[in-house]
Amino acid sequence: MSILINKDTKVITQGITGKTGQFHTEKCQEYANGKECFVAGVNPKKAGEKIFDIPIFGSVKEAAAETGATVSVIYVPPAGAAAAIWEAVEADLDLAICITEGIPVRDMLEVRNKMKAKEAAGGKKTLLLGPNCPGLITPDEIKIGIMPGHIHRKGRIGVVSRSGTLTYEAVAQLTEIGLGQSSAVGIGGDPINGLKHIDVMRMFNDDPDTDAVIMIGEIGGPDEAEAAEWCKANMKKPIVGFIAGVTAPAGKRMGHAGALISGGADTADAKLAIMEACGFTVTRNPSEMAKLLKAML
Amino acid sequence: MKIHEYQGKQILKKFGVTVPRGIHCTTVDDAVKAAETLGGKVWVVKAQIHAGGRGKGGGVKVAKSLDEVRQYSSQILGMQLITHQTGPEGQKVRNLLIEEGADIKHEYYVAALTDRATQKVAMMASSEGGMDIEEVAHKTPEKIIKVFVDPATGLTDEQALTLVKGIGIPEGSIAQAVDTLKKLYTTYMETDASLAEINPLIHEGDGTIKALDAKFNFDSNALYRHPEIVAMRDLDEEDADEIEASKFDLAYISLDGNIGCLVNGAGLAMATMDTIKLFGAEPANFLDVGGGATTEKVTEAFKIMLKNPKVKGILVNIFGGIMRCDTIATGVVTAAKEVHLSVPLVVRMKGTNEEIGKQILRDSGLPIIAADTMAEAAQKIVDAVK
Repeated sequence: MSILINKDTKVITQGITGKTGQFHTEKCQEYANGKECFVAGVNPKKAGEKIFDIPIFGSVKEAAAETGATVSVIYVPPAGAAAAIWEAVEADLDLAICITEGIPVRDMLEVRNKMKAKEAAGGKKTLLLGPNCPGLITPDEIKIGIMPGHIHRKGRIGVVSRSGTLTYEAVAQLTEIGLGQSSAVGIGGDPINGLKHIDVMRMFNDDPDTDAVIMIGEIGGPDEAEAAEWCKANMKKPIVGFIAGVTAPAGKRMGHAGALISGGADTADAKLAIMEACGFTVTRNPSEMAKLLKAML
Repeated sequence: MKIHEYQGKQILKKFGVTVPRGIHCTTVDDAVKAAETLGGKVWVVKAQIHAGGRGKGGGVKVAKSLDEVRQYSSQILGMQLITHQTGPEGQKVRNLLIEEGADIKHEYYVAALTDRATQKVAMMASSEGGMDIEEVAHKTPEKIIKVFVDPATGLTDEQALTLVKGIGIPEGSIAQAVDTLKKLYTTYMETDASLAEINPLIHEGDGTIKALDAKFNFDSNALYRHPEIVAMRDLDEEDADEIEASKFDLAYISLDGNIGCLVNGAGLAMATMDTIKLFGAEPANFLDVGGGATTEKVTEAFKIMLKNPKVKGILVNIFGGIMRCDTIATGVVTAAKEVHLSVPLVVRMKGTNEEIGKQILRDSGLPIIAADTMAEAAQKIVDAVK
């Protein structure tokens, strides 16, 4: 078991014909059950063609109807990415994973509010992961996104993070000391996004094949604190927590659009304090995340 | 991206918000001419820099004669204006705004920004204008009123009224204040701002609602669709190294320490900085080389870091995923040779082709110190610069 995706998941790739989309689709196909999982691509101008033996359709709706796919991954460039997310939502998919970095915040605000309005009106709820994220992986089953597959190993630890390379860091540490992962999820570095720490922690809590979780956050925004409060009341599994950016100055955007201290509550120190108060084992040394977790099992 | 007050007021005016008449100048003579053109008996001489707290720092003066306009303009132009937002070295004043005086009866605060928790636009207002809003939020949070706006509906009359009445705008000015708030919201959305703040918004003796200041910040992801805003960028107000870095698609931020660091990924870059501090030193910069670090990018990154005379050592931390460690190693060796690196260099590489990468570093003939973990790398660079 795992969360969100497994070896039977069928995936549509939006932006499959672009340079990034092609590069990563090939890597995803090569990983574990990828050949069976990546069943469709979308590009209205190239409908009917094929790429890496994957048929291209004119729309997400058509691709879903023809292949039974329920998940999409989006590599569409920033100017069209929010529209691509909305297309996946309108096609009633279960999950849309948006890798694209650099989407205007207003576009994300608009699409998120449209998604919530659709749900409120009784429409099907499509989960969104990202944008500006590496995607997610269930080791030895399926990889959807841009993470290096070979560092992962199947196992029982969940990983969730806003940062791509910091997720890889945690995963590599776990693998190195013999702990595999159930799923590793990158929720992305943008201020307006889909699934948040709290949502992924809920899923790990409910997943019988996850024993413990590494939760990684960074400066900016209320999400880690919100997740910590939820975990305090509900989480039945041990958690190791790390927040990047203790040394980050206030008011400066640290690479990620969302990594910006805007008040006293969203500094790394404030978040670490809340997580600790909520029962996390927190560390200020990111080289020790896996070691600490192992000691708790 | 930030802009000056005078530019912010041009934008507000374009969207129909009432602002004082004013003229932007860069010389003392032009400032006096501007005051003559504006007419009247009272003018405000305002330093234009990309930082708040200008009044307290002596960058805003009320002049009651043309001689005073000349006197204050010559004092302010060229001064190093120090505010709580500029740092101790201050910011050189190169631009002035000469404005007509205002008949201030009360000062309010209004602003629009994106609220991450609700994923809506927060419109904020307070009766305590003219002050540092952080301070108001800290001491008297009940004096800040917020409404959350769905972009599909926009700021409704009801929401605007809640704000306007909540901050005690007098009866006769309510209609104009509601209109001003709705225009502020429109400005925020139409320009892809990430902050639009009017502090203070005033009502005058005759009931007029006017924006006496304007502070904007724009979403850099959306600048591609706003050439008119990009044209307002003032490079003099930005860090020269950060501008240079952005030309090579490097995310770089200057800090105060003496260990330069070069990392791929924003989160890992911050974690590396934090680890340096944990081992007793301070990072000199944040630098994310991104996913596709070519030899050229790595070389430029080294050049930018080494421009900072405080840098006594460099830590490279790369998690090779899609980007292979051998590519990075080649880039690091080429860069170190090209810049004739003379400070200690610790390299930690992990991931794809890690062993080949390490071999390239060993074979380079350069005194590169290798490390296996972030913690080890930090310890080694801290020891090396001691």
